[in-house]
Order: sequence, then structure tokens, then C-alpha cells
Amino acid sequence: MISTKRRDDRRAAWWFLLPVLAGFAIFYGYPAARGIWYSVTDYSMLNTPSYVGVDNYAKLVRDDQFWNALLVTGWYVILNIGSQTLLALGIAALMHRLTRSVVLRATLLLPWLVPNVTVGLLWLFLLDTNLGFVNHLVRAFDMQPIGFFTDATWAMPSVAAINTWAYTGYTALLLYAGMLQIPQYLYEGASIDGAGEWRMFRRITLPLLRPVLALVLVVSLIGSFQIFDTIAVTTRGGPVSATRAIYYYIYQQAFTYFHMGYAAAAAICLALILGVLTAIQMRLLRASRSDLA
Amino acid sequence: MTRKQLSAGRVLGWLAMTVVVVATVFPFWWMVRTALTPAADLYTDNTSLLPDHPTLINFLRVLGLTTEAEARAAGGSGARLNFAAYLLNSIIYCGLIAVVQTLFCAMAGYAFARLRFPGRDLVFGILIAALMVPPIFTLLPNFILVKDLGLINTMAGMVAPTILMTPFAVFFLRQFFLSLPRDVEEAAILDGNGPWGIFWRIALPMSRGPLITIGLTTTVWAWKDFLWPLLIGRGEDNRLVTVALGVFLQQSPNTQPDWTGLMAASTLSVLPVLVLLLFVGKRLVQSLNFTGSK
Repeated sequence: MISTKRRDDRRAAWWFLLPVLAGFAIFYGYPAARGIWYSVTDYSMLNTPSYVGVDNYAKLVRDDQFWNALLVTGWYVILNIGSQTLLALGIAALMHRLTRSVVLRATLLLPWLVPNVTVGLLWLFLLDTNLGFVNHLVRAFDMQPIGFFTDATWAMPSVAAINTWAYTGYTALLLYAGMLQIPQYLYEGASIDGAGEWRMFRRITLPLLRPVLALVLVVSLIGSFQIFDTIAVTTRGGPVSATRAIYYYIYQQAFTYFHMGYAAAAAICLALILGVLTAIQMRLLRASRSDLA
Repeated sequence: MTRKQLSAGRVLGWLAMTVVVVATVFPFWWMVRTALTPAADLYTDNTSLLPDHPTLINFLRVLGLTTEAEARAAGGSGARLNFAAYLLNSIIYCGLIAVVQTLFCAMAGYAFARLRFPGRDLVFGILIAALMVPPIFTLLPNFILVKDLGLINTMAGMVAPTILMTPFAVFFLRQFFLSLPRDVEEAAILDGNGPWGIFWRIALPMSRGPLITIGLTTTVWAWKDFLWPLLIGRGEDNRLVTVALGVFLQQSPNTQPDWTGLMAASTLSVLPVLVLLLFVGKRLVQSLNFTGSK
């Protein structure tokens, strides 16, 4: 035994960590293990789970609805992340060059602070075929009103647009915070050299923002894959399966049809996809820290 | 000449910014405006920026302050609504989670940053790995767990998975505690303080900023929670605002949702957030940078 003079706070540490470790064990560790177990069983919440090997996974691979859910989610992610990132970047750049106003920033943050359910309801009304304000505008241009949520072509773009509305301000503020870290003298120098705004944006802002932008992108991507609330309020997966995204599909399998084992297997597939994205996020988090230091 | 171009550019920039602000605010305006419109006017008066016959009846009936007959006459489906109670449930839910979770995570973060004990880095590493686990993965088993514990339709069941910890908060607060100057704490040790004394008297008071940041972020996310409280707290007594809005929508006949009532209820779900923004908007806005929160 080597006697050390180092402090050992073992006993105190145990009490400091107790609630968090208990929470972790009961609501993260245990359910994770249980989830893996359910995924190889046949379980409806009423029976005791019976082991069925990889049946659930084999069924998933052949399940058109599962692939449709992935496909629809992918389409949503592209629409949502694409529009949201571009808009946010533009808004952040505008704010960065125009103003430091806290009131403006707070206003832009407002949609993010509101529950997705409320946002969904608001737009369900605004985009309603008969009474929605947007369709009043459409009619004012002498066009046929659009069934934003009832037309299969429009439904997913509508859902994506709603969430873009809700999260663009928040994303813009994150990017804006990144822009504030870019030294001001770079812009002053460039402007003395006669560079225009667009040129400064492309040559200074974009390259120096890259680490923050990458991080924001991955975080929004992970969130975007988990689209549920808005769909639950507006389309409930319809028309037919046009908006039945993977989260909603898993929810229905589990709580509408009580295919718990099957839903658990699907959840694991989604978790794998998200796990890869999160690993990338962790990488970027480290990268961005050293970059901005 | 450059100057003129610049100011023309700025005018354009502000124009674009104005469009953004209008696009942000208008849906809220329309929500409040519809909430103040009598249901009977929905078809006739639906393009003007202000209602022709402003009324508070929609707020009264979703708050459960009218008789059923009055609510029906104003466009309600006759189902009992009590958004005052749902708001209170939501506030309790958010308050409980924000306060308790922040405290527990601060304790753990402090232990990971300052206390010495075997296996510290290993345990911390495992906790942080939980950041990689998406909620859907634990959602189904957690539901079954809470069901088996008999906590369906209770506040305890609703807050259970989040009230004890969230890996991100532990991580965030540990980073902050690491950056605290050590000499104050060492002076406190010389004064005879143990780890608890230092934590309560020195570390916590010195970290008001980060604690409020985490508390606020947690409050906002908890306010937005929908899926978990939908699974656990469907019952009338523990219904949160978000869940109640969903139920309210489903109660409406498919042909014609009760828009004025829904918009009144939506307005109520936005009000607390607005109050939050008025009081701590500056801090909230400033906390959004990327050391920061999800």
C-alpha cells in the first residue's frame, strides 16, 4: 500500500452523485438494456415478452411502411434543414452587419419558445383550406385554395415550413453568436480594401464561421430526425402515409397497435442513425473549441 | 460614393429584417386576433387585422369560466375545458424539473470537477455517453417502467425521467465549476469547511449565471414537452397545456375545428413564455452561444 497525502472525498462524492447516478441507472441504463431486450421479443404490453430472435428486424427490412417512414423523414430533413440553415445564415449575417439589438433578438427567439403543439395549431389554422389566412391570400391572386395538409404533395413541405418558421430564429441566434467571435478588424481592413458586403461574407464570415456552422447543422439535423409534435397535431401521418415520419411510425406501432417489440427494434434502428450523427457532433464540438480558441 | 452604396445596402438590409420580423410576429398576431373573434364571425370577418366584434368569450370558455350552454353557444363542442388548471399543471411541471434537476446536476457537476474519488473519470465518461442515446430509445421502456410502478396519470410519473438528471446539464455545469478559481475554495477549506460547505457557500453562489442559464433552458424545453406527458398524463387532472391543446383539437368535429377556442387556448399557452421573455429575455438571448445549450 502506498500511503498518499491526496485528499479522498469518496464519501462526500457518493452523496453528491447519488441523485444523478440513480436517475441515470433507472431512466437511462435500465431502459436502454430493456429496450434492446424488447427488440428481440414479441411483446404487446399485455403478455410477457417472448423471445423471437431477430424476427422483428427481419420484418422491419421487409416492411414497406418502415422504409416509407425513413424516406419521408429524409425528405422532411432535407426540406427543413436546407431552408432553415440558409434562412438563419442570412438573418444572422444581416443582424451581424446591422444591429446588436436585444429586443430584435428576443423577438426572433419567440417562435422557439412556444411549444411545437401551439406552433402546429397556429399554422393548422393559418394554412386551413377554407378559413386559413394564407389561402385568403392565395384566393386574392385568383388561384385555387391549396390543401396544405390534405394534399399529399403539399403536406410534408407544409410541415417542414412550419418547423422552419419555429426554429430559424433560434438557429440564427446561434450562428450570430458565432459571428460575434470573428474579430471586427478583419471587416474594417477588408472594407478599406474596397470589399463589398457579399465579398466580406464569402471571404471572412463563412470561412471563419465554419466550425460553428457545422456544429449547428449537426445539432439541428439530430433534432430534425425526431420530428413528432408538429405531425401529431397537423397531419397525424396523413394524407395516407405522406407525413408518417419515423418517430410517428414508432409511436403508432407502440401505442396504437401495441407492437412493443417491433417498435423497440425500429427505435434501435433510428438510434443507430442518430448515434452516428451524435458521434459526428462530438467530434465537431471538440474541433470547434480548438478552432475558436 | 461608397458611403451612399453602403447606406442603400443598409436600407435594403433593414427592409429584409422587417420582413423577417413581420413573418415572425404575424402568426401570433393572427392567433390573438382570432381568439378575440366571436365564432360566428369566422366566415364573414376573416381578413381584417382587427376583429369587427372583439370578445373575451373564447378565453372565458377555455378557462372553464362559463356554463356549458354559454360555451356551446360560443362555438364550443360542450366538452369540459379548464385551461387554468392545465396552465398550473404545466407551471408546476416546469418548475419542479427546472429547480430539482438543476440542483442535482450542479451537485454532480461539482463532484466531477472538484472532488477526488476513484473511478471519477470513468463514471463521468459513462454519463456523457448517455448524451448519445436518443430519447426514443428509452421512451418505450420508460413508459413500461412508469406503468409498472403505477405512476400513469401522476405528476410523479411525468417528471420522473427528467427530474433527477440530464447528461447535458451535468456536463455543462462541470465545465463551469472547472473554471472557478481554486484559491477561494482553498481558503474555505482552511476555515474548516467540508465539501458540502464549500459547495453551498462558495461554489453555488459563484455560479449564479450558469445555473440560471441551465434552469431557463430546462424550463423552456419542459414547457414544450409533449410526447412524454401525452403518454403519461392524459388524464384530466394532470394534463399539461400541450397535451390539453392536442386533446382539445381532437375533440373538435373533423368538419370544423373550434378555431376561436383553439386560438384562445393557444394564446394562453404562449402567455407564460412571453412573461419569461419580458423578465429574462436579455439573459436568455445572451445565453445562446455555442458553449451553450442544445
